[in-house]
Amino acid sequence: MADPILAIRNLNKSFGALKATDDVSLDLRHGEIHALIGPNGAGKTTLIHQISGSLKPDAGRIEFMGADVTGLSLSQRARSGLGRSFQISSLALEFSALRNVMLAVQSYQGSSFRFFKPVMRDASLIDPAMAVLERVGIADRAHVAASELSHGERRKLEIAIALAMKSRAFLFDEPMAGMGPEGSKQLTTFLDELRGEAPILLVEHDMDAVFALADRISVLVYGRVIASGTVDEIRSDPEVRRAYLGEHAE
Amino acid sequence: MSSALLIEQLLNGLQFGVMLFLMAAGLTLIFGVMGLINLAHGSFYMIGAFACAAVAAWTGSFWLGLVASLAAAAAAGAIVEILVVRRLYERDHLDQVLATFALILIFSEGTRWLFGSFPLYLDIPPVLSGAIPLPGGAQYPLYRLAIIAAGILVAIGLYLLISWTRIGMRIRAGESDREMIGALGVDIGSLYTLVFALGAALAGLAGAMVGALQSVQVGMGEPVLILAFVVIVIGGIGSIKGALVGAVLVGLVDTLGRLLLPKLFAIAMGPSEGATVGAAVASMLIYIVMALILALRPQGLFPANT
Amino acid sequence: MNRSIPVNVVLALLPVGIALGAVAFDEPFFVTLATRMAILALAATGLNLALGLGGLVSFGHAAFFGIGGYAAGILATHALYMQPILTWPVEIGGTDSMPAIWLVAVVVAGLVALGTGAISLRTSGVYFIMITLAFAQMIYYFAISWPAYGGEDGLSVPTRAVFPGVNTATPMGFFAVCYGALLVGVTIFAILRASRFGAALQAARQNETRLAAVGIAPFRIKLVAFVLSAMLTAVAGALFADLNRFASPSMMSWQMSGELIVLIILGGTGRLFGPVAGAVLFVLIEHLLGGATERWQLFLGLILLGVVLFARGGMVGLLAGKPRHG
Repeated sequence: MADPILAIRNLNKSFGALKATDDVSLDLRHGEIHALIGPNGAGKTTLIHQISGSLKPDAGRIEFMGADVTGLSLSQRARSGLGRSFQISSLALEFSALRNVMLAVQSYQGSSFRFFKPVMRDASLIDPAMAVLERVGIADRAHVAASELSHGERRKLEIAIALAMKSRAFLFDEPMAGMGPEGSKQLTTFLDELRGEAPILLVEHDMDAVFALADRISVLVYGRVIASGTVDEIRSDPEVRRAYLGEHAE
Repeated sequence: MSSALLIEQLLNGLQFGVMLFLMAAGLTLIFGVMGLINLAHGSFYMIGAFACAAVAAWTGSFWLGLVASLAAAAAAGAIVEILVVRRLYERDHLDQVLATFALILIFSEGTRWLFGSFPLYLDIPPVLSGAIPLPGGAQYPLYRLAIIAAGILVAIGLYLLISWTRIGMRIRAGESDREMIGALGVDIGSLYTLVFALGAALAGLAGAMVGALQSVQVGMGEPVLILAFVVIVIGGIGSIKGALVGAVLVGLVDTLGRLLLPKLFAIAMGPSEGATVGAAVASMLIYIVMALILALRPQGLFPANT
Repeated sequence: MNRSIPVNVVLALLPVGIALGAVAFDEPFFVTLATRMAILALAATGLNLALGLGGLVSFGHAAFFGIGGYAAGILATHALYMQPILTWPVEIGGTDSMPAIWLVAVVVAGLVALGTGAISLRTSGVYFIMITLAFAQMIYYFAISWPAYGGEDGLSVPTRAVFPGVNTATPMGFFAVCYGALLVGVTIFAILRASRFGAALQAARQNETRLAAVGIAPFRIKLVAFVLSAMLTAVAGALFADLNRFASPSMMSWQMSGELIVLIILGGTGRLFGPVAGAVLFVLIEHLLGGATERWQLFLGLILLGVVLFARGGMVGLLAGKPRHG
């Protein structure tokens, strides 16, 4: 079997006395969706922050496409092909949806130290950006400022930006949050197709989506991975049922 | 160089540092609790000095002047907080900078209007006008020692206030979580006014005490304000302890740099040129120290809330 | 509805109108006022690159303004007395040619901005404001304590520098150079704002994490913007010293830094012609209020307070409506 595209080895992070990440090891393999679930406060977002590079782990190692990226910054990891969406939408709010995506295209194409050509007359930026907006289904909102977009549109824009970077792997932090049943269903279909393009590490609370999408699931509780396996293995794991699924049973 | 001179300059540096601490403590408290950058803090320093000089001239008593300086600066602080500053807490730093810059213009011009353009002079109170002998035979002015003592007392007082009183508890809570303290039913508006007035009073006290060493004039506050910024950048914004350490460090480095650097450069470059270069470098020394500390620790020596 | 184009045209032509009107009514003093407007507008346009586009509230741009001023003063002095500035490793003499002076001003200010910016930009927010203020104060004290070029007294500029093909000794000739420099500065601002670099810079202001998450390191973008911004402001400083025939330490004072920010705010941040509007308004307030009362700064303070608390879009914002975002 091929090496995993993303390998997290023995990651640790504490805030004071609180162990937010406790010796976590995870793999993301080519072509899969690996879901990361766990109750609120389990440290999922903290873990995503460390993988994407916005937070420095105390110990441990992160390998991406065979290279050690533990010392790289958020922007360096993004350039190497690790795309992420944020739990709470993080956009350039004054820019239009299109310009938000164009920023990602510009980064992917290389240098931002180009001082002359106006971006709004640069088809090499606009066309790929429009294509991606088309793909996520918000092309008609391309010229609307991000601050004016609805919640669901912003979530789609986040994903569009990650797509425009031509990421080699995606980190999606609760992309379904607040989408409503119809939106979640659409997005589920979308992510399902996306996995062939690049594997996804998916943090998600929507269990229907997780069970529909995930090839593998890891369960994080109090910063520790208590179980990791296929959907069926996780469903039947007694520890998971006690620690997590049991509490959430309707 | 005699040891007496060195001791004298060390004490001068300490006195300068203590004065900077009085300024920086208020600034850092206001930033820590309310998240506000206040350029007009130098105006409270000036108001304290003018109030002290005017009341001392009128009553003949420095001590009444000192009381007046505290009252005037605190009152000015409270009024400014209620009329202007509380509209700025939710604004970005640019708006805060501009509005408080506007306040400097208003206070400076207003003071010039009231007192004219000529500096006022403030005499050292007779009780403190003597000097005490230093080891090595020199004399050191009692008044400067009194400033050092007053600064240390204020530092202890602030520590006790913040660590041990109900108001201090609210201030600490306000630093860590503004919403929580509102939810606890504390009247956050009056807490902010109180903190702002307290900071202003400390600046006013510093201005009044220094007013007896220098002339009292419009524009005296801002150079001290900028040094106080250097102090809290070095110490870590929001940290009283950082303000104290930073203030003493800046006071000592500045004073000793001005004493020693011209001599050092004179050894290397010859007396006249060396003294010139040394003096120029000495005038930049604390900023260089600030740059070095920032290069190593961008959040300052004692980062308050991370 | 977009009124910003006509408003911009009117604003751009306002200093020209004042200068021409002054000639028509034989009031040469007003040419000087119009020149002052153009120079301050250029300085503020430089700052607007950092502040308006990048959200970098530099409270130390007076340092670069002053560096430009001293470059003009020092080079002109050396040219007059024919003393070389450097004899080793290469001999460099003074000059009274504006393009040469600007080049020196731009290079020195750029290097200083690179050094101070690299340290200041490790921080953000309030720290950045205070540190830029502190560095400017450092350079101010250096100018005061360095006796070779006037120290506290400042440095007089013996002869106004010359520009090829223009008689800069006449008020209108000098105005034309300053106004031309302003138009070039505004054009540079417009080109940068529309470019890839400008897009990244504006994104850094709006959401730094987003910029980094798409793979663009905010630090380098902001540092380059800070350096370019300092360079433009330095050219304005060189012209300012030529206007007054004097390079004074007060060009580097914290008040000057504050005034440059005020110019931008009076006009409207991030706007192409905001600094021009602000400079026109500021010089007019200074002149009209200053003529009416000695206490004009008191009223300036009140006006500024009013603008900050109640009219946040500045003057161009009031005239042209909300800014557009492509």
